[in-house]
Amino acid sequence: MSDAITVKFFASLREAVGKADTEIPALEAATVLQAWQQATGNMVMPENTLMAVNMDYVDADTHIKAGDEVAFFPPVTGG
Amino acid sequence: MHIEIQPQPFEPYTRLQQYQQQADFAGRYGATAVFVGSMREFNQGDDVEAMWLEHYPGMTEKYLQKISEEAAQKWDILDSLIIHRVGEMHPNDPIVLVAVWSAHRAAAFDASRYLMEELKSRAPFWKKETLPEKTRWVDKNT
Repeated sequence: MSDAITVKFFASLREAVGKADTEIPALEAATVLQAWQQATGNMVMPENTLMAVNMDYVDADTHIKAGDEVAFFPPVTGG
Repeated sequence: MHIEIQPQPFEPYTRLQQYQQQADFAGRYGATAVFVGSMREFNQGDDVEAMWLEHYPGMTEKYLQKISEEAAQKWDILDSLIIHRVGEMHPNDPIVLVAVWSAHRAAAFDASRYLMEELKSRAPFWKKETLPEKTRWVDKNT
C-alpha cells in the first residue's frame, strides 16, 4: 500500500489552489484539515468547503491514513 | 435501480421509453413520476450562453446509488432511474432525468422528490456558467 495520501480539488477550489490533485506524505497529515494545509501550503480554507475521505463526506477533524483519498470542493450545484 | 452519468446529450423521453420497455416490472406499476431538469438561458438576472458541468468520478456515482437505495428503503417503489449530464451544455439541453415507478402514485411522487432534493444537496456536481463577458461558478443551488 502507498505511504502517501492523495488530495483532490474540484471546481472553484481546483482553480483557487491551482491543481486538481497532489500527493502528500501520510506522516505529515493526521487529519483532513492537516491534509488541506499540507497540500495547499497553508491557504485559508473557504468557510463553506465540503470534504470527503474515500468518497464519503467527513469533517475537517476526521483522521486519515496512508492510501486514503481526500477531496475538497465547494457546495454542490447539480441537477 | 439504474444510475448513469454521461457527457453526451440525451433525450429524456426516449430514454424513459427504452428503460420502461426492458424493465422487469411491466404490469405491476400504476404510477410513473418523472422529473426532467433542463438548462435555462438565464440565471440570477444574467443571460447564460453555455454551461460546464463538472463531477467527481466515483463519488458522484456512489452518491446517486446511495440516494437511490435510500429511496427504495423509505418508499414502496418498484424501480428508479437517474440520468445526469456532465461536460459542456447549452440552453434547453436536458441536465437530469429522475423517474420512479410504483404501484400507487404517492410513493412515486414522494420518492422522485426525495431523489431530486438529495441529488441537489449531496451529489458532487458543479456548474460553471458562460455569460456574454465572463465565466462564473454557480455558488448556490436554487
